[in-house]
Amino acid sequence: MTIATVRNLRRISQVVFFLTFFWLILKTNFQVNFNPANPDEITLPLPVSIALQFDPLTALGTLLANGTLFKGILWSLVILIPTIFIGRFFCGWVCPLGSLNHWISEFPSERARRKGGRKIESNRYKKYQRIKYYIFFFFITAALFGTLQIGLLDPLPFLARSIGTVVLPTIHTAASGILGWVKSFGLGPLSTAAQFAYDLMAPLFLTFRQAHFHTILTIGFLFVAVMILNRIFTRFWCRGICPLGAMLGIFSRYAIFGLQKNEPACTHCNECLLHCQGADNPDIGAPWHQAECHLCLNCQGLCPTSALKFKFLPEHNLTRTNPAPVQKVDISRRKVIASLAGGVALLPLLRSGDAFAVNANSLLIRPPGSAAEEDFIARCIRCGQCMRVCPNNALHPTLMEAGLEGIWSPILIARIGYCEPTCTLCGQVCPTGAIVELTLKQKVGGADITPNRIGTAFIDKGRCLPWAMAKPCIVCEEWCPTSPKAVYLREETVYDRRGNGIKVKQPHIDPDLCTGCGACEFACPVVDRAAIYITSIGESRSAENQILLQRKGIAQSNIRKG
Amino acid sequence: MERREFLKKTGQALALAAITGGTGLLFNNRQKFTYDRLMAKTGDFAVPADSAFPGMALAKNNDHVAALNASLDAMGGIKRFIRPGDRVTIKPNIGWDRTPAQGANTNPVLVAEMVRLCLVAGAAKVIVTDISCNDPRRCFLRSGIKEAAEKAGAKVILPDDDEFVKTDLKGELLTVWPVLKPFVDTDRLINMPIVKQHSLSSCTIGMKNLYGILGGRRNQLHQQIDQSIVDLAAFCRPTLVVVDATRVLTRGGPQGGSLDDVFVADTVFCTTDQVAADSRGAEFLGLTGDKVSHIILAAKSGLGMIDYRAAGYKEII
Ligand code: SF4
Ligand code: SF4
Ligand code: SF4
Repeated sequence: MTIATVRNLRRISQVVFFLTFFWLILKTNFQVNFNPANPDEITLPLPVSIALQFDPLTALGTLLANGTLFKGILWSLVILIPTIFIGRFFCGWVCPLGSLNHWISEFPSERARRKGGRKIESNRYKKYQRIKYYIFFFFITAALFGTLQIGLLDPLPFLARSIGTVVLPTIHTAASGILGWVKSFGLGPLSTAAQFAYDLMAPLFLTFRQAHFHTILTIGFLFVAVMILNRIFTRFWCRGICPLGAMLGIFSRYAIFGLQKNEPACTHCNECLLHCQGADNPDIGAPWHQAECHLCLNCQGLCPTSALKFKFLPEHNLTRTNPAPVQKVDISRRKVIASLAGGVALLPLLRSGDAFAVNANSLLIRPPGSAAEEDFIARCIRCGQCMRVCPNNALHPTLMEAGLEGIWSPILIARIGYCEPTCTLCGQVCPTGAIVELTLKQKVGGADITPNRIGTAFIDKGRCLPWAMAKPCIVCEEWCPTSPKAVYLREETVYDRRGNGIKVKQPHIDPDLCTGCGACEFACPVVDRAAIYITSIGESRSAENQILLQRKGIAQSNIRKG
Repeated sequence: MERREFLKKTGQALALAAITGGTGLLFNNRQKFTYDRLMAKTGDFAVPADSAFPGMALAKNNDHVAALNASLDAMGGIKRFIRPGDRVTIKPNIGWDRTPAQGANTNPVLVAEMVRLCLVAGAAKVIVTDISCNDPRRCFLRSGIKEAAEKAGAKVILPDDDEFVKTDLKGELLTVWPVLKPFVDTDRLINMPIVKQHSLSSCTIGMKNLYGILGGRRNQLHQQIDQSIVDLAAFCRPTLVVVDATRVLTRGGPQGGSLDDVFVADTVFCTTDQVAADSRGAEFLGLTGDKVSHIILAAKSGLGMIDYRAAGYKEII
C-alpha cells in the first residue's frame, strides 16, 4: 500500500467517524417510528451514546471519581490499548472534534499569513503544547478526589454537548425563521419551494418540537471560540488544550510505531512541516515529539526524497544535526506538581461554597433515576445527551444552579417541560450512570414499589386562581399523572370583592403521592410564574432532602446502583 | 476635504441609510406566518335528521367491533353519514400518554373499525388526529391508535404548528382561536370520545372532547369551562358522535393511570345529538345529564336534548 493510499484511508476514516458521531447525536431523539409491539416501555432503537463510551478519558475520569466503569465504558480500551503501541492515532483518524478542528484549520481559504514560511513556522513544536498535560493532570487529580470536571474539556462530551444543545437547536430556529420569512412574502410558488426544502431537511436535522435550552450561550461561546482559534493556530485545541490528547500522548510513552528520519536523504525543503497536524517536528534537525504526533502521515506523504518513514520499531540515530531524535512527553516536573496540587485543591475550593451541601438550590431538580448529588457530580460528564433526548425539553444545562461544580449538568425546568411519567429515555442514554435507567415499574411505582421522585409540588396560594382570585381552575389536578392524584381538590366558597360567594375547588398536595414530575407546574394557566411549582425536596436520590419523616434515610432503595 | 471625496463619503452614507431605512420599511408590520390565515370555514358537518331512524342507538357486546357495527346499523348504517368521495376526519381522544387498558384514550379497535367503515362507504380519505396534552408522539404511539388506524387505512396526522388555522368560532367566550386544519377543512367529522370522569366538568365525553380541536393556551378555558364547552359544541357540529364506553374511567380522570379506576362496560353508542351523547354517557359515571352543568347549558342553548329518548332510543344488548 502506498503512502498516498494510507493518507486517503485516513481521510475516509475521519469523515466516517465524524458522520457517525453526528448521526448518533441526531438519533438521540425520540421518534415515533419505534416498534410499537411493546408500547409499555419505550426504548431507543440504537445505543446512541456508544461513541461516548469509547472515550478513554471519560473512562479514566469516571473510574477515578466513582470507582466504576459504567455500562459500555470498557469499550474505551479499544482506543487505549492500540494507542499504547502506535500513539495518538485516535486524534488523527477518529476523533470527531479533532477532524472538525483539522478541517477548519486547513480550510482552503487559508489566510495569507499562514502560507509558506509562516505556515511552516506555525507547524513547529511550541511550548504552549504542554498546557494540555497540565490540564489533564489537574482534572484527573480532581477526579481522584471526587469531582468530575473533565467533561468540560473532554472532546467527545464537549462536541456532543455543543452539537446537541447549541448547533442543532440554532439550525432549527434559523430554519423555521427563514421559512416564516419567505412565506411572509405571500408568494405561492416561493412558499411552496421553501416549505419543500424545509420538509426535506426536517426529518434529518430537526427535532419534532423545537428545543429551547436554558443558558446555552456559555456553551455556544466556548464552541465558537474553539472553532475560531483554529484559524489563528492550526488545531489549537488538539495541540494545546485537549486533555484526551494529553492522556493518549502519555499512553504512547512506549509506542513501538513511530517516525524514522533518514538524515542524509533530507534536503531541508520543509515540505513535511507544511501540513503537520500535530506540530511534532517531523523535520530533520529538530527533536521529534512522539506524544504530539496525530499519525496523520502527511509528512511522509509530502517528503519528496522519502527521508521520513513511519515504521514499527523505527531506528533513531542521534547525530549532531539531529539532536534528540525522539521525545515522548515534554513537560516540566515542577508544573506537573503544581497542576496535581491544583487538582487536589479544586474539590475543597468548589465545596466550600454553599451551593453543594449546606444550601442546596431548591430548584435543582435532577432527572429521574439520578444518583445522589455527590455521586452525580462524580459521574456526569455534561455530554447533554439527556437534554437532547428528553421528549418534553424538560432537561437543560445548568449555569450556576448546581454551583460551579455542576456547571452544564442537567436540571429539569418544569415550566418549559415536565417529566413524562412513563418515559425513561434520559436514563437510557446517560453514558456514565449519572442517571440510571429505570424500568417503567421503578419509575411510576406499584403496589410493592415506591415511585421514583424528583421533587415535590407546592402551591403558591397568592397566585392560584381558586385560592386568590375566586376563579375556578383545576388544571393542575387534571394534569397530575399519579394515581390516585397527588393534587386533590376541596370545594370551598370564596368571596369576590363584591362579596358574592363563589364555589371553587381549591387544590392541595399530598406529599405522599407527589413524584415531583412537574406536569402541574407546566400546565398551570398562570402564565409567567406558575401558581404551583416543584422543588427538589422529597427526591428519591437523597436520604436527607425529605419532608416526610418516614422517608428519611430510605431514599435510593429501589434504584439499582450503576 | 476634496469635493470628490466628500461626494463619495456622502454617497456611501446615503446608500447605507437607504438600505437601513428600506429594510425597516420592508419589514414593518410583517405578521408572523403561523396562524395568519383566518378561515372562513365553519365547523358544521351535521347530516339532515331522518325520522326513519332513532336518534341514538346503543349496543353492548364484549366484541367491541360488533357493538360498534350494531349501534351504527341501527342508526341507518355508515352510508347515511358518509357519501362516496368524502374527506372524513375522525377525532378520537388521544390526549394522554396512556395505554388502551388505562381507559384515558379512545379504544383503538373502535377507531380502526370506524376508519374501515368509512373507507368501505367510499370515503376518499380518512384522517385521524387530535391535539394531545402530553407529547403527541407518545400519546399516538402508546394509545395504540396510530398503529391501528394506519393499518386500517387512515392518514394519521400528528399536530404540527403550521397546520393550524385561525378560525372565528363566533362563541360567547371563544372567538378567534387556532384550530387544527383537518377539523375544519373536511367534509365529514366523526367525534369519537371515551367516557371519563373530570373534576370540574364532572365528565369528559363528547362535547368536552372537542377541546382537542383547539390549539393555543386552552388550559385557560377552565375559568369558564361550561361556556367554553358550549361555544365549542355550537361551532363544531360533528356528523356523528360515536361514544366509546367499552372502558369507562370512573376516577382520576382525565388521564387516569390505574387499572382500578377503569370499569369495563363493553358498550358503544352512536348519535347525531351531542347533548344526548353526553347525557347518556354521564350515566356510566353515576350521573344524569340534568345534573351536569355544561350539559344543561348546552341543552338550554338549543344544541340538543338532555332526554336522549325523545328522538328515539334503541338498545341492542
Ligand atoms: S447526566 Fe446527562 S449530561 Fe451528564 S453524563 Fe449523563 S447524559 Fe451526559
Ligand atoms: S426528564 Fe423525564 S421526560 Fe425527560 S427524558 Fe428524562 S424521563 Fe423522559
Ligand atoms: S393550575 Fe395553577 S391556578 Fe389552576 S388550580 Fe392549579 S395551581 Fe391554581
